[in-house]
Amino acid sequence: MRDEILVDIQHLSKLYPVETGFFTRTNLFVHAVSDLNLQIYRGESVGLVGESGCGKTTTGKLLVRLIDPTEGKIAFHAEDGVVDVATLRGKALKRFRRNVQMIFQDPYESLNPRMTIYDTVAEPLDVQGIGTLPEREERVAELLETVGLTPASSFMFRYPHELSGGQRQRVAIARALVVEPTFVVADEPTSMLDVSVRTGVMQLMQELADKLGVTYLYITHDLAVARYMCQRIAVMYLGKMVELAETEELLHHPQHPYTRALLSAVPVPDPTYKRKPMEIKGGISKPINPPPRCRFYERCPIADDFCRDNDHPPLEDKGGNHFVACYKV
Amino acid sequence: MRDKVLEVKNLTMHYTTRKGPVYAVDDVSFYVGRGESVGLVGESGCGKTSIAISLLKLLPDNAEILSGQILLDGVDLVPLSEDEMRRFRWRRISMVFQAAMNALNPVYTVEEQIIEAMQQHMPHLSDEEMHARVDQLFELVGLDPAFKNQYPHQYSGGMRQRAVIAMALSCEPDLIIADEPTTALDVIVQDQLLKRIREIQEQLNMAMIYISHDIAVIAEVSDRVGVMYAGHLVEMASTEAIFHHPVHPYTMGLMSAFPSIVGPKRELTTLPGEPPDLLNPPPGCRFHPRCHYATSICREKTPEFVEYEEDHYVACWHPGGEG
Amino acid sequence: MSEGTVATQHTYVPLWRVRLNLFLRSLRTNWALFAENPIGLIGLGIIIFFGLFALAHPILMNTVWPSKIYDPVSGYDMEVAFHPAPPSPRHLLGTDPLGRDVLSQLMYSTRYEFALGILSAVVTVVIATTIGAVSAYYGGIIDTLFMRLADLVIMVPFLPILIVLSALTEVGMIELALVIGILSGFGGTTIVIKSQALAIKVKPFIEAARVSGGGDFHIIFRHLIPNLLPISLLYMMFVVTGAIFSEAVLSFFGLTTIQMSWGIMINTTQLFGYLLRFDTWWLLIPASLAITTLCAAFYLVGRALDEVVNPRLRRR
Ligand SMILES: Nc1ncnc2c1ncn2[C@@H]1O[C@H](COP(=O)(O)OP(=O)(O)OP(=O)(O)O)[C@@H](O)[C@H]1O
Ligand SMILES: Nc1ncnc2c1ncn2[C@@H]1O[C@H](COP(=O)(O)OP(=O)(O)OP(=O)(O)O)[C@@H](O)[C@H]1O
Ligand code: SF4
Ligand SMILES: [Mg+2]
Ligand SMILES: [Mg+2]
Repeated sequence: MRDEILVDIQHLSKLYPVETGFFTRTNLFVHAVSDLNLQIYRGESVGLVGESGCGKTTTGKLLVRLIDPTEGKIAFHAEDGVVDVATLRGKALKRFRRNVQMIFQDPYESLNPRMTIYDTVAEPLDVQGIGTLPEREERVAELLETVGLTPASSFMFRYPHELSGGQRQRVAIARALVVEPTFVVADEPTSMLDVSVRTGVMQLMQELADKLGVTYLYITHDLAVARYMCQRIAVMYLGKMVELAETEELLHHPQHPYTRALLSAVPVPDPTYKRKPMEIKGGISKPINPPPRCRFYERCPIADDFCRDNDHPPLEDKGGNHFVACYKV
Repeated sequence: MRDKVLEVKNLTMHYTTRKGPVYAVDDVSFYVGRGESVGLVGESGCGKTSIAISLLKLLPDNAEILSGQILLDGVDLVPLSEDEMRRFRWRRISMVFQAAMNALNPVYTVEEQIIEAMQQHMPHLSDEEMHARVDQLFELVGLDPAFKNQYPHQYSGGMRQRAVIAMALSCEPDLIIADEPTTALDVIVQDQLLKRIREIQEQLNMAMIYISHDIAVIAEVSDRVGVMYAGHLVEMASTEAIFHHPVHPYTMGLMSAFPSIVGPKRELTTLPGEPPDLLNPPPGCRFHPRCHYATSICREKTPEFVEYEEDHYVACWHPGGEG
Repeated sequence: MSEGTVATQHTYVPLWRVRLNLFLRSLRTNWALFAENPIGLIGLGIIIFFGLFALAHPILMNTVWPSKIYDPVSGYDMEVAFHPAPPSPRHLLGTDPLGRDVLSQLMYSTRYEFALGILSAVVTVVIATTIGAVSAYYGGIIDTLFMRLADLVIMVPFLPILIVLSALTEVGMIELALVIGILSGFGGTTIVIKSQALAIKVKPFIEAARVSGGGDFHIIFRHLIPNLLPISLLYMMFVVTGAIFSEAVLSFFGLTTIQMSWGIMINTTQLFGYLLRFDTWWLLIPASLAITTLCAAFYLVGRALDEVVNPRLRRR
């Protein structure tokens, strides 16, 4: 399972110009994602975690080519050869869309309120001209049953406002899976759902991954959810990936000071458990034209002059496929 | 039993809507001891905010308290007029509203807003005393008083939330109700704020009702926890008991559905079905369509909220899954 | 969530039938919302009344009203000594200075007012929705171009354009409808619809459609425009009001070549010097009342639709 690369991300960056005035051109940029490198293997699911604004969604959108990267390459290993996602266009882009799909965070906003569930789920088949009409209907019905909307016939022709949040998110999952993609970017698919419904959706996504061999990039700000959904976890801080390791390894032996602070701040649903406190200074800000040094320097409790005077540390293997970007570990 | 600041007895409140009444708070009874922190958990729409605004009697036009008592130090608030209520709000009970950090007025500085609240409720203070008090409050919630003359938009989310808490504390209430004060914040900021809230509450010996949908947060801040489901309070006990020996099937389900980053990675269980629609809730126990242990009596009669063990209340025909 | 489902479990219902049923169902629920608002019902009642009024005219002309006497344009009643004659059993609303029956004129004009209002509204909405959606979707130079054009159209007042136009060519009903439709379509309505389209464009379901493989055309016509239709429909009502009113003003000043309309009726009154005389009220009041009520009716319907379309305005 760990041998075949599906997505190979090389030096991926995305800068957004900062809007200042109406006519003034600026040279201020938000470095939403900068110099990201990551290999995703076929069949695994990788978690991307980090605080709000660290660039998780931007990364996800780059991978499905909703936005164009400023720099870098995303090699996608499709059945019929390797493509560079960043330069796809026309027919090739359309073919790529059959392989790669995305699930969005907000189940209330990601379904068109004027389209029935059938139309929404069949849309990818429709725009890509897959199958005949009866075939599409059959496929949609089958998929709705798979995601737990049974009987499919009673859901097919409802509108989104007639469904609960959990049901809508199931529809969104069905839409993403209808073209049988190999790779799915899931952007916080359960963060808007209630606990009692959330586990159902999480389990569904896992079952489908096993059954259909889907590879996920699972974006979340919740480490506990990532623990259950992912084999590996990548931690991002202000556009940079700071740590990458197997899930349990990362949770039990976090090495980057940011990961350690993050883990120590996660509340635990057990009143007798005492967390090891690890405080860091200040709050997260926007990476607008950041200095070249380590992005975490300002808040880091263990930083020294070396960190201040050098570039952002490279992501290095510290043994056992545990990658950390820090000079001090 | 200990000294109770607040005692709520059989409180029922509903909203009138075009499709019929929504019983958002239905026959709810509980108490809050002096200096105690009580957590209230439940999923979206189960009536947590509705309880809070009923306690303060800050109800929207279409809401009405139908029955029950709200005893604050023995005084029933339910029959009080709006004028009489005003003497209790802020001074005796105050509240941090859900999404309150977005409710700060953008055209006044944070200090001006806190002072305005104080002028209304503590008119006996002089100007200097008020300014000094703002400084104290800022330090209390962990904000640098140097920022007090800034406008809300110059604050980060976490700072704004602290400012709102400072405002709620300005009149030294006996009871503070915090409705999801950290939900919109990142974990690290949430963690800092939770610690602060807990410290303040203990330091001032102030009672607190802390509302959240996140049981992990509730575990951190509460002495006792009440679990709500579809307008009913279904279980209430010490935090320890709720987390280690829950007896209501819903609480039990919730506990095993919640992922944690510590301890062994256990199997998460899924509660079948969806939370009910409060416009036409299921008859009998409202949880019965999703309950493993439901029997015919559950489908017909609503279980009473009774003491199951000492100071452990539950509304269930088969607590702990027993027959 | 509990509403009945259209497709039942075992019988196969063809897709078009399902869609038809869904459409009828949405019509029913929207009607229920609309019907809750007395304002809208009053407006609709008035519109229906005028509709019947217009329909009744050809029937009357073919049965009880001989066209020699009652024709709205060329009729003349020789049996009445002096025109304009006050209301009488023969002429319920009297006659005009040229001896024509006022009631017949009023009824005859109604259908043209409707045609004018609806044609200009349809033209407006088709233009405004397409341009609004396209310039919101593409932004950039296309957007700037259309928005500057809109500013221009708004800045140049409407009546002077029509006055110049009427000097250059003959302005009949259809020309007028087209001009009103086009000006309002490229002007203010576009801006309103574009701002709505901007709000829809950033919704995640648009991104979801792109990830599904949908092209620009697909997204504009399948996602953007259907979500703009409610607001477009709303603006249609206001355009109707504006069009009827503009026609009246232009005709009053004699700037159109329309043979008969409510505006022309008032224009005739003025030409013969009866405008400000109370003793010949039947020349002025019926026509102006008709203009005001029909305009108001469309406006009221628009306001009621506003509540259906914008759930925020709705009471819970
Ligand atoms: N279209 C845009 N224009 C300008 N800046 C943007 C844009 N989209 C995102 N950003 C900025 O890029 C940074 C990363 O944003 P992103 O949405 O990827 O964060 P995120 O990790 O997904 O956060 P969240 O957890 O809040 O969803 C943020 O600072 C954000 O303000
Ligand atoms: N003003 C209102 N009019 C009618 N119904 C209302 C009103 N406010 C709330 N409700 C309904 O009452 C129920 C309880 O709402 P409440 O806001 O108390 O829930 P909550 O537990 O605070 O949820 P959340 O976690 O989403 O804040 C919900 O079903 C809600 O739809
Ligand atoms: S009363 Fe019955 S249905 Fe309700 S929780 Fe208890 S066992 Fe389940
Ligand atoms: Mg995001
Ligand atoms: Mg609430």
